[in-house]
Amino acid sequence: MSPTLQALALFAVLAAVLVTASAVGHALARRSGGAPNPTVENLNARIKAWWVMIGVLALAFVFGKIGLVLLFAFASFAALREYLTLTDTRRGDHLALVAMFFVVLPVQYWLVGSEWYGLFAVFIPVYVFLLLPILVALRGDTTDFMARIAEMQWGLMICVYCLSHVPALATLAIPGFEGRGLMLIAFLVLVVQGSDVLQYIWGKLLGRTKVAPKLSPSKTWEGLIGGVATATLLGAALSAITPFGVGGAALLALVITVMGFLGGLVMSAIKRDRGVKDWGRMIEGHGGMLDRMDSVVFAAPVFFHAVRYFWTV
Amino acid sequence: MPRTVPAAIVGSAFTGFSRLVTGVRGNWVGCTPSPEPRVYFANHSSHGDFVLIWAVLPAALRRRTRPVAGADYWNRSATRRYLGRDVFDAVLIERDPEARTEDPVTQMARALDDGASLILFPEGTRNTGEERLQPFKTGLYHLSRARPAVELVPVWIENLNRVMPKGEFLPVPLLCTVTFGAPIRAGEDEDKDAFLARARAALLALSEPEARR
Repeated sequence: MSPTLQALALFAVLAAVLVTASAVGHALARRSGGAPNPTVENLNARIKAWWVMIGVLALAFVFGKIGLVLLFAFASFAALREYLTLTDTRRGDHLALVAMFFVVLPVQYWLVGSEWYGLFAVFIPVYVFLLLPILVALRGDTTDFMARIAEMQWGLMICVYCLSHVPALATLAIPGFEGRGLMLIAFLVLVVQGSDVLQYIWGKLLGRTKVAPKLSPSKTWEGLIGGVATATLLGAALSAITPFGVGGAALLALVITVMGFLGGLVMSAIKRDRGVKDWGRMIEGHGGMLDRMDSVVFAAPVFFHAVRYFWTV
Repeated sequence: MPRTVPAAIVGSAFTGFSRLVTGVRGNWVGCTPSPEPRVYFANHSSHGDFVLIWAVLPAALRRRTRPVAGADYWNRSATRRYLGRDVFDAVLIERDPEARTEDPVTQMARALDDGASLILFPEGTRNTGEERLQPFKTGLYHLSRARPAVELVPVWIENLNRVMPKGEFLPVPLLCTVTFGAPIRAGEDEDKDAFLARARAALLALSEPEARR
């Protein structure tokens, strides 16, 4: 199958899944009658948001690599503003903050687009890591200095550096897989996001034992094990669009769903610390960009390096 | 209301740009939008403050909501005069008592009588210090005594001081919220200091994260 045909088939299947989900959501809303049911309303809001998110992803695929670079640059922008809104910055950080949004973020995504891997991998962890505290120190405000520069660097690592590994997947050179790099992105996003949905469904159906009651009241062992197992099967089923083979696809799916779950826990810990339920209100039913992308953020670099190490030349 | 079509376009450009940069969201926690003349009193840390309040008001209310601003600042150049009078339709008051030709409270009361709502910053000048809210000037009290039926709505603007601190020229696109609290009025025999303390406490209460959610 040609790459274009493959992408069309993939999105056709997704549309079919969403049509089914919408029909089920509609039926549930009808069954609960006039009585408002928050769970069903939230479910339907989520399904509606999924239509939009899948639609945007499909549109980005039409424009190829550049479309995905721009899409994830925007996602990084939205995530970074949600993150920084919740941190304690001071006036002396202003120049560093401006640099994060208008220099560091565009440069990182330009490095993805230009396929300059050497600098892409070290730009934020090394050069920005050194530059940001210099910008802050020059302003002379030493109150909470360590905490401020650490929070800023952590935000860039999470919201920009880690997330930029998603479009970077399209730049990996895999023998016999030329012209199909976008499918790696589809695999990662579908498996990790699918795992979130499946964990939610398994948790709603069987959830009893909480995994981390202090971090997240909604995450249960039943949801986790059921979700990870079914998402691993989903990964194996998607092996046709990957160069991994069935076993490899299943193994990678297992690794990234576990990373995604743990990422969700870390991001919950931060929300707990800041006393908020959601990172933002950008996507109805889901919260903010970071609420939706937290699992992808933690899975993307691990997936990128696993593929790069074992499948590229 | 902006006085000309170009001025209306410039006004929309300001609110549109502020929305783009700050993703601002209005939280009506203590009241709902109302066409009745009201006084919105807010914390003041940036020139963008009242543009942000404008941006979250429904369009029909925005057109008759006028900021109260210092005449000395907005008369200083032709551009500022155009923005202050034509675009924002500000009620320009003289802050220096020596230079006054008209009592500011009279000016504000007249605008309310004409059916306009007002945006007032009772701190008087922008807050650039560490304290969340500076002491209030007395105008809010005198205005409430002059027009006792008018509702005074506390409005907390969160984060704009971080988006655009005084003296910086590039904004940082952090998310802002504008929270509208429950209206207050000066009581029949409430004295000035007690009322101002109550008004300031009502505004400060909105600055707590719990109040904004």
